[in-house]
Amino acid sequence: MAAPLCVEVEFGGGAELLFDGVKKQVTFSGQEGPWDIQNLLVWIKKNLLKKQPELFIQGDSMRPGILVLINDSDWEQLGELDYQLWDQDSILFISTLHGG
Amino acid sequence: MCQASEDYAEPVREDPPPVPRPGREQKCVKCAEGLPVVVIRAGDAFCRDCFKAFYVHKFRAMLGKNRLIFPGEKVLLAWSGGLSSSSMVWQVLEGLSQDSAKRLRFVPGIIYVDEGAACGQSPEDRAKTLAEVKLVLQSTGLPWHVVTLEEVFGLSPSVLRCAAQEPAGTEEAYKAAVDSFLQKQHVLEAEGSSSVAQGSEQLCSPPSQDPPGMAGSPTATQTEALSRLFNSVKTLTAKEELLQTLRTHLILHVARTHGYCKVMTGESCTRLAIKLMTNLALGRGAFLAWDTGFSDERHGDVVLVRPMRDHTLKEVAFYNRLFAVPSVFTPAIDTKAPEKASIHRLMEAFILKLQTQFPSTVSTVYRTSEKLVKAPREGCADGPRCLLCMCVLDIDAVDSATAFGAQTSSHLSQMLPVEAGLPTPSCCGAGEGQAQRCCRAVCGKEDMQAFVQEQLCYGCRVNMKDLSSLDPLPPYILAEAQLRTQRYWYLLFQEYLIQDSDEEEETGQS
Repeated sequence: MAAPLCVEVEFGGGAELLFDGVKKQVTFSGQEGPWDIQNLLVWIKKNLLKKQPELFIQGDSMRPGILVLINDSDWEQLGELDYQLWDQDSILFISTLHGG
Repeated sequence: MCQASEDYAEPVREDPPPVPRPGREQKCVKCAEGLPVVVIRAGDAFCRDCFKAFYVHKFRAMLGKNRLIFPGEKVLLAWSGGLSSSSMVWQVLEGLSQDSAKRLRFVPGIIYVDEGAACGQSPEDRAKTLAEVKLVLQSTGLPWHVVTLEEVFGLSPSVLRCAAQEPAGTEEAYKAAVDSFLQKQHVLEAEGSSSVAQGSEQLCSPPSQDPPGMAGSPTATQTEALSRLFNSVKTLTAKEELLQTLRTHLILHVARTHGYCKVMTGESCTRLAIKLMTNLALGRGAFLAWDTGFSDERHGDVVLVRPMRDHTLKEVAFYNRLFAVPSVFTPAIDTKAPEKASIHRLMEAFILKLQTQFPSTVSTVYRTSEKLVKAPREGCADGPRCLLCMCVLDIDAVDSATAFGAQTSSHLSQMLPVEAGLPTPSCCGAGEGQAQRCCRAVCGKEDMQAFVQEQLCYGCRVNMKDLSSLDPLPPYILAEAQLRTQRYWYLLFQEYLIQDSDEEEETGQS
């Protein structure tokens, strides 16, 4: 039985316009199987993204131009979509598409 | 990417392991010691300290290898609040505070342009953003200028004239300037530490606001005029181009007013690659070298410089996050616009998507842009310049084979009707005043539109077509167009005078 998993999701660089705020605490509990970033994205799309989901997620992955930092490290370093979430992880989505 | 297929499934533990995770065998590619935090290019993982050194080095190398900014020069930093320009400002600040051997030697100021009216922001949102912006500006300690886009309605036509170009400094001139600057510094230091303090105070002068009348809030009429202008533009592509043009003119004006001879803009490598492809699609292929190169001298006395052009957006975003660089988010004209809303958006989506599959896309386009040469066409070096973008017009008036030439020559032949009251030699002899009156008789409204079109390059002409009428444009553009037309007619009449002075019958005819 997986212990409840609590992660913090943060948005920056303009991505916060698509959500109601900059930071969110997300708790997953009683989930069958481990959570990875792929599941998180699906969850975000279903629960947090109210409109224009294509500006954030495209297909199975992030829209090109939006960076993902897990605990202030590049997600490419950590396996991208296959990274397994741990309790108290901090996931930050930065949109680089805005401004100059 | 080989990392994606590695097996990361680890057994469930009682306590979560400390971050970073064990099982990450990779070390920083540079120092082989630190734990990597960011992946640059394809597969090069850097640790935090090596990344910082790499990032700063790129910035200093870009300035150093181009040797355009002489010591003591006043440089205006164009800050939009976004990631790249904030990073650029931060790099300049850090560069100014280093020890004297490595210290940056120019004198910076910052400008922020409030474009809220063009983007449809409410006055409350604009005020809120402005408050945040001013906080950041004050914390930099540099002289700053906040201008609103509405001020374009108060610009004079002189902003569209290319001022006399100063000859580019040679290598020897640059070295000599640096040596003499260093000598002065040594003398100051020898005279006592108080002088050094004075020197640093000069660089970090107290933040100044523009004199009243320039940075005051725009009047409701001006805001409405700006909204009307942008609402009259039919496509988002043309809106973005118009916004960029007006912003450039405004920054140019502020730079000239306050004596800045260089303007630094924060375009990153990714942005420039997108811009290169977008400009090709917009018909600005002839001017790519100026639009995407390191330096842009088309305005003559004020040179635009792009020191961030070697940094990708990913590097900028990471640096800003890891080292807490302040930035202010402001919605832009294309915020939340769907992918196909404009050529800019489409090209951005195309390049970024390609980049995910082929990580060398952006760098390849960037390297291509570095090879572009700024050689004007033969005989066109001092030719007429586009009214809006101020690039040398790539038009051959007598060449009827091109669309340009055909358009221009056919229009010119239409504009010499016998009955339109063309002046006889005696009336023209009175000077320019006569030419103005004659011109006004000839210029109807459609003619004005045609005259303006003729003074634009191909890209700008295509954009202007998306404007339903020229009336909402700021007055300085139309005034300059009219002045140029009058100058053209005056010279034309002068030519007729000289040619026909010996032939009475022909002067009677014309």
